[in-house]
Amino acid sequence: MRAPLYTWLSIGLMVFASTAGDCLMSRAMKHMGSPIELWRKAGVWTVMRRMASSAEIWIAVAFMAVAFFTLLFALSWADVSLVVPAAASLTFVTNALAAKIFLHENVDRRRWAATILVCCGVALLAGT
Amino acid sequence: MTLRRYLILGGMVVFGAVGDVCLSRGMKGIGAISLSGLYQLVPAVFNPWVSVGILFLLVFFVSYATALSFADLTYVIPATSFGYVLIALMSQFLLDENVTVMRWIGILLVSGGVGVVAPGPSLTKRRRQQELMPTTFNTAPEGSNG
Repeated sequence: MRAPLYTWLSIGLMVFASTAGDCLMSRAMKHMGSPIELWRKAGVWTVMRRMASSAEIWIAVAFMAVAFFTLLFALSWADVSLVVPAAASLTFVTNALAAKIFLHENVDRRRWAATILVCCGVALLAGT
Repeated sequence: MTLRRYLILGGMVVFGAVGDVCLSRGMKGIGAISLSGLYQLVPAVFNPWVSVGILFLLVFFVSYATALSFADLTYVIPATSFGYVLIALMSQFLLDENVTVMRWIGILLVSGGVGVVAPGPSLTKRRRQQELMPTTFNTAPEGSNG
């Protein structure tokens, strides 16, 4: 049985919000460095101050919050074994594109091969 | 990649999957929410299952932020997609959801991405790496050897 329209609209919104949040968070954390190392060397307040002073992290968290509440909405309609893998897998594909374009990551053949495997997996998940 | 870094990725897998299953259990108890009743999502956060799920997802978030500090986004996400298998197992045995054979094949294909990407380099080697990384408190770049 096909999932309701709400479910797929929710999955689309989750993919967009997650991709934006992931890219911004990745960029911010590359600038900041490991929070665990920072915690160990300078204390938890330094970690919190650094994170709280980063506009990128705030915007990333806002996008992730949108994705989270959309997930709650979708889970009230459909099975977790469809919603979570479908949204996360599609996010993986959009993340690969966004990371190559905006973060200039080296998305090599190995990573594209993984993307194709995930796409096939999503097609099976969506069609059943 | 060091053992500690693999443990951080493992933490992402376990805490993310358990958190999602707890959220699902809680939201199924609350029932379907319509677009006109979106305000119902706010009290849903105080449902015990949803609250526990959020706690697990907070730990997941810390692991995720830490992982992104030493590896590429396009490495971290596929390398931790084994969580989908955990979700499928838990939703079948704990939530009594119907996970069909085709869904299992789909989940296995997704997880196959882990096997392809995990042994590869975890961080893009670039000239600007030194400019991007802070002078203190950063972890050493992994270079191209993952």
